[in-house]
Amino acid sequence: MSALLRTEDVHKSYGGVRALDSCSVEIDEGTVAGLIGPNGSGKTTLFNVITGYAKADAGQVYLADKKITNVAPDKVFTLGIGRTFQLTRIFASLTVLENMLVASRHGRSSARKRAMEQLEFVGIAGHHAALAGTLSYGQRKLLELAYVLVADPAVILLDEPAGGVNLSLVNHIADRIRELNAAGKTFLIVEHNMEFVMGLCDRITVLDSGGVVATGPPDIIRTDRRVLNAYLGEDLEDDDPDPGEET
Amino acid sequence: MTAPADGPAQGAGASTAARSVLKIEDLVAGYGGGDVLRGVSLDVAEGGITCVVGPNGAGKSTLMAAISALLRPRLGSIALDGQNLVGMSPRQVLRLGVVHVPQNHSLFRDMTVRENIELGGYVLSDRALTARRVTAVFDVFPEIAGWAGKKAGSLSGGQQRLVEFARALMLEPRLLMLDEPSMGLAPKILRTVFDAIRQMNAAGTTILLVEQNARAGLRLSSHGVVMENGRVRLSGTGREVLENPEIGALYLGGAVSAS
Repeated sequence: MSALLRTEDVHKSYGGVRALDSCSVEIDEGTVAGLIGPNGSGKTTLFNVITGYAKADAGQVYLADKKITNVAPDKVFTLGIGRTFQLTRIFASLTVLENMLVASRHGRSSARKRAMEQLEFVGIAGHHAALAGTLSYGQRKLLELAYVLVADPAVILLDEPAGGVNLSLVNHIADRIRELNAAGKTFLIVEHNMEFVMGLCDRITVLDSGGVVATGPPDIIRTDRRVLNAYLGEDLEDDDPDPGEET
Repeated sequence: MTAPADGPAQGAGASTAARSVLKIEDLVAGYGGGDVLRGVSLDVAEGGITCVVGPNGAGKSTLMAAISALLRPRLGSIALDGQNLVGMSPRQVLRLGVVHVPQNHSLFRDMTVRENIELGGYVLSDRALTARRVTAVFDVFPEIAGWAGKKAGSLSGGQQRLVEFARALMLEPRLLMLDEPSMGLAPKILRTVFDAIRQMNAAGTTILLVEQNARAGLRLSSHGVVMENGRVRLSGTGREVLENPEIGALYLGGAVSAS
């Protein structure tokens, strides 16, 4: 099986900080992949580079072997990669349905029908006439997911779908992801909720300091010492903590 | 309930263990409909560094917000030297000597370093005392005296952290709370920041530290606490906690020891 989405030696710096340092990941078609790592390890930056929100300094991004490095966000979206954001980006003063129609490229009546279907699917169709700003945080996440689905993307990138969401909604979101995956969608998910990630993902890639520390199935990842070391941080007491880098 | 006098440390049980500056019992707190803290109990020992670590979303920052009265607890108690802080305003808690250095940089960038530090003493309303405290703070961090006239915004991230620490010391805190001081700093600079924490503690300040670099934080600390999902899951000396094999399960839901 070949990778549907792939990054190859991606570098990205902000000022002096290397956010991504030769970062190579592969997401196989039809899988639910997890991307984890401590704060500041580069997860969101990788999402931004893949989806065109940040320019890679070096390296390549491929979607089904087509090079999409540094393609503009709207173009990436139409090429088949949808994403949600850690802090949801919705139009608070538009209704839920209007938010959906903004994303749509279909004709008017069919767009409306499709939008309602997606809202139905994520479970917030009852709120279609409400202003999006009145939705709860969890419902906004669902709206974003619905919004992304309108374009029928092959790959869906979710940035902390379970973050700040109550447990029953977390389970609801997980179920929706499983259903979409069963219908053929490929996922890449950044999430700090380990139970969620470990329970949902086929494969997990762990980032630390902008590079890949480990990749494998959840059971291997959760017992990998390198992964725990990444989470617990660098040992400053050691006089030579980083022999490879600076000396 | 009255606060004990300033006399020597004598716990009710007259034990040899250090007395608690801060005692939190069964604390429940959260935002909106959900609880982030689900029954947290912990003691901060006088003269020590107590380090709270744990995965994202464990409730570490929420705990600090509750102590500072930025968030009102739903249940439980927070006592500073026996005095309940629950129900007080942030300003009252500050006046009692609980000083909170937040996660994000919080200096006034267009003001000088000295002005920023002086602002740390704004509740003192005594110019002479403020001046004496500034001098005392420069004694703890001599390097900062050299930057006193610079705009705070012109300093590096690590330098700004030190100035934030210095500003916090202006109130001679009974309890100094540091929320992820290593956040966003390069590894080299991290060491400087951790040295500064050690210096403040050596100068007599009791510190409650929340740290994402668990290894470095726990090594530095006399006491360690691991929170997960709104509860305290492990506690002991910093080293005991770091070497406890369960820490892996708490971070990753698996079993792997850190040492």
